[in-house]
Amino acid sequence: MANTDLFHIRTEEAPRLPAPISTTGVIGWMRQNLFSSVGNTVLTVIGILIAYSLIEPLIKFALIDAVWSGSNREACLPQDGGHGGACWAYVEAFFPQFIYGRYPSEEIWRVNIVYFLFAALLVPLAMPSAPFKKLNAILFLVVFPIVSYYLLTGLVFGDWVILPIVETAVWGGLLVTLVIAVTGIVASLPLGIALALGRRSKMPIIKLVSIIFIEFWRGVPLITVLFMSSVMLPLFLPEGVTFDKLLRVLIGVTLFSAAYMAEVVRGGLQAIPKGQYEGAMALGLRFWPMMYLIILPQALKLVIPGIVNTFIGLFKDTTLVLIVGMYDLLGMIQSSFTDPTWSTPSTGHTGYLFAALVFWTFCFGMSRYSIFMERKLHTGHKR
Amino acid sequence: MSVMEQDSAGAPARASLLNDPKVRGIFYQIVLVVAITALGYVIVTNTIANLERQNIASGWSFLENTAGFGTNQSLVSYSETSTYGRAIFVGFLNTLLVAAVGIFFATVIGFIIGIARLSNNWVINRLAYCYVELVRNIPLLLQIFFWYFAVLRSIPGKREKWSLFDTFHLNIGGLRLPKPIMGTGSEWVGYAFLIGIAIAIFVARWARKRQEATGQPFPAFLTGVGLIIGLPILTYFVMGMPIGLEFPNFVETGPILRQGFELNVGLNIIPEFLALTAALSIYTASFIAEIVRAGIQAVSHGQTEAAHALGLRNGPTLRLVVIPQAMRVIIPPLTSQYLNLTKNSSLAVAIAYPDLVSMGGTVLNQTGQAIEIIGIWMAVYLSLSLITSAFMNWYNQRMALVER
Repeated sequence: MANTDLFHIRTEEAPRLPAPISTTGVIGWMRQNLFSSVGNTVLTVIGILIAYSLIEPLIKFALIDAVWSGSNREACLPQDGGHGGACWAYVEAFFPQFIYGRYPSEEIWRVNIVYFLFAALLVPLAMPSAPFKKLNAILFLVVFPIVSYYLLTGLVFGDWVILPIVETAVWGGLLVTLVIAVTGIVASLPLGIALALGRRSKMPIIKLVSIIFIEFWRGVPLITVLFMSSVMLPLFLPEGVTFDKLLRVLIGVTLFSAAYMAEVVRGGLQAIPKGQYEGAMALGLRFWPMMYLIILPQALKLVIPGIVNTFIGLFKDTTLVLIVGMYDLLGMIQSSFTDPTWSTPSTGHTGYLFAALVFWTFCFGMSRYSIFMERKLHTGHKR
Repeated sequence: MSVMEQDSAGAPARASLLNDPKVRGIFYQIVLVVAITALGYVIVTNTIANLERQNIASGWSFLENTAGFGTNQSLVSYSETSTYGRAIFVGFLNTLLVAAVGIFFATVIGFIIGIARLSNNWVINRLAYCYVELVRNIPLLLQIFFWYFAVLRSIPGKREKWSLFDTFHLNIGGLRLPKPIMGTGSEWVGYAFLIGIAIAIFVARWARKRQEATGQPFPAFLTGVGLIIGLPILTYFVMGMPIGLEFPNFVETGPILRQGFELNVGLNIIPEFLALTAALSIYTASFIAEIVRAGIQAVSHGQTEAAHALGLRNGPTLRLVVIPQAMRVIIPPLTSQYLNLTKNSSLAVAIAYPDLVSMGGTVLNQTGQAIEIIGIWMAVYLSLSLITSAFMNWYNQRMALVER
C-alpha cells in the first residue's frame, strides 16, 4: 500500500496541558462565581460597594478612630469637629456595672462563683461526648439553681449571717439578663412538658385547658405579660403578701415561655412513631413510666435544637424588662448614657455597639450550637 | 380492649375502680376543674378586696372620661378633650398602621434577601447571609433604640433638613412629604381604583378559562395592571384633577425660633414611626428571608428539570411550577412572622410611639384601671392572632397537597 505512511498512530500520550488559567484557581473561581455574565458583574460590583460602604465606617468608628483609654469624657470628645470614634474607655469604666449591675463590690465574688458554676456545668452538658450526663443534668437543673439562689440573694439564719442579703433591686446588667433567661427556660421546661402532654391527652377537659393556656400566652406580646406581672399580679395576691419585682417578672416570663416550650415539646412528641407507644404499652408500662422511660427521652433529645432556639428568643426578649423598670444589660447601658462624666456624642453609639456585640456573640454561638445538634441528631437520609 | 370488655361484661366487677383508666381520667379532670375554680375564686376575691382598698372602681365607665393628654400621631381626629376610649382606639389604629407598613417592607426586604441567599454570585450570597445572621441575633429592642436614639439623632436638627428631589425632607422632626388634598369628586378616583381591581380579577379569570379551553394565552397580568393604574388616572383627568398636593413649607428667614417646617403643612411622618418601622421590618425581614430560602429549596430540583423538559422557559417555570409549590411551604411560617411583627410592634412603648400599649399605658397610669387596660391589650392581640390562625387553617386546607 502506497499510502501506508499516511497513517499516523500516536504511540505516546500527548502532554497533558494544564487547564486554561481562566477556569482554575482564584481567577477561574472569580469568573465562575462573580463575573459569569454582565448582570452578575453588575451585582458583584454593587454588592462590593454596599459591603464597603457599611464596613468602612464601622471599622473606622470601632477601631481606627476609637479611644481606648481615658478617665472621663475629655478623652473621648471629638478633636477637630469630627464625630469621633467609639469611646471604649467608657465601656471599660462601666464594665463592672454592665456585668454585675449595682451589686455591692465586696460581694461580687458570689456572682463570679455563680457565673463559673454555670459555665462549668453547662459546657459538659452541652457536649454530646462528655460523660455523666444524668448526674450533670441533675446538678445543673436542680442543685445549681438552689446554690445560686442562696449565693445571689444571701443566706441568713436568724442573727447568724453567712452571706449578707443582697436586694434584687441592685442586681443588674448581664446578671439580670442571664438570671431571667436561664430561670425562664429551666422553669418552663417541666411546665412545657406537662402542657404538651396535656395537649395530646385524650381527656377532653385537660386537653382544652392546655390548649387555652398555650394559645393564650402565645397570642399576647411579652410586653403585656410583663405589665401584667408587674401591675396585675400584686392585685391577685392577698393583702400583705408582696412579691419581689424580679420574682414577678420571672413568673410572667416562665408562663410565657412555657407555652412556647410546650409547642416545641409537642413537635418532638409527634415525631415519635406510634410503635414506640404501642411497644411500651405492650410491655405493660403505665402512662408515666412509659413517658419517663420510653417517649420523653427520645422526644426531648429530638427537640434540643428547638429548645435552644426558644432560649435564643427568650434571651433576646429579656431586654424588654427594661420597659417595666428593671436594669438588664441593655437597661444598664441605656441608663449609663445619662452619666454626665461620660456624656459625649459617641457614647450612645459605643454603648449600643457593645450591647449588640454581647447579644450577638451569645445568640450566634447558641444558634451555631443548635445547628450542630440538629446535624448530630439527624440520623435519617440526607438529601 | 373490646374483647376483654365483652368477656367481663357478665363477670363480677373488676378488681379495683382505681385501676380503670376511664375512672382515673374523670377523676383527674374533676381535680383539675376544682383546682382551676379554686384558683380563680382566690384571685377574684383578692382582687376585689385589693381594688376596694385602693379605691379603684372596676368597670368600663372610665372610658367615657376625658383623657387630657395629646398624641403626636392619630389617624382619626383626636385631641386632649377626647375620651380615654378614643385614646385607646387611636392607639389601636396606630398599631395597625405600623404593623401594615412594617409587614409590607419586611416582605419586600425579606424576599429580596431570601432570593439573594440562593444567588450563585458569591458576594451577593455572603452579603445576604451576613445580613440574616447579624440582624436576627440582635434583640429587637436594641435595634429600635439604635434607629431611634443613634440614627435619627444624627440627622439634621429642626432648623435644617436633608432633601430628596425637593419633595421628601428629613430632619429630626421626622419625614415630610407632600400631602394629597382631596377636592370634590376625588372619591370617584377611589371608586375607579376599586372598579379597576374588580375588572382585573374578572379578566384574569376569563383569561385562565379561555386558555384552559382553547390554549390561547391572553396578557391578563398586563391588562390588569393597566386597568388598576389607568382607570383611576383617567377618572382623575375626567373629573378635572380634583386631587392636589400640599408641599411642606420650610421657613428659612425670620426669627430663629420660627425657622424650620411650618406646622400642619404637608404630611409629617413622626420619627418614632420611622424608627419603629425600620427596626421591625429589618428584623422581621431576616426571619422571612430564611423562610423564603427554605421554601424555595424545598422544591426539588426535579420539578425545575421536568418543567424545562416540557419546554417551559425560565420565567414560566418559576411562575407556574416553582413558586406555587414554594408558597405552600412559605405561607404558614410567613403568617406567623406577620403575627410576630404585629405583636413586636408593642415595643413602641419604649420610644413612645403612640400605639395600643403606649396609649393604654398612659391611660393605665392616669386611671389605675390595670385589669381593664391589660384586658383590652390581651383581647386585641389575642383576636388578631386568632384571626391569623383561622386564616392559616383555611389556607392550609385550600393549599394542602391533593393526593390521588
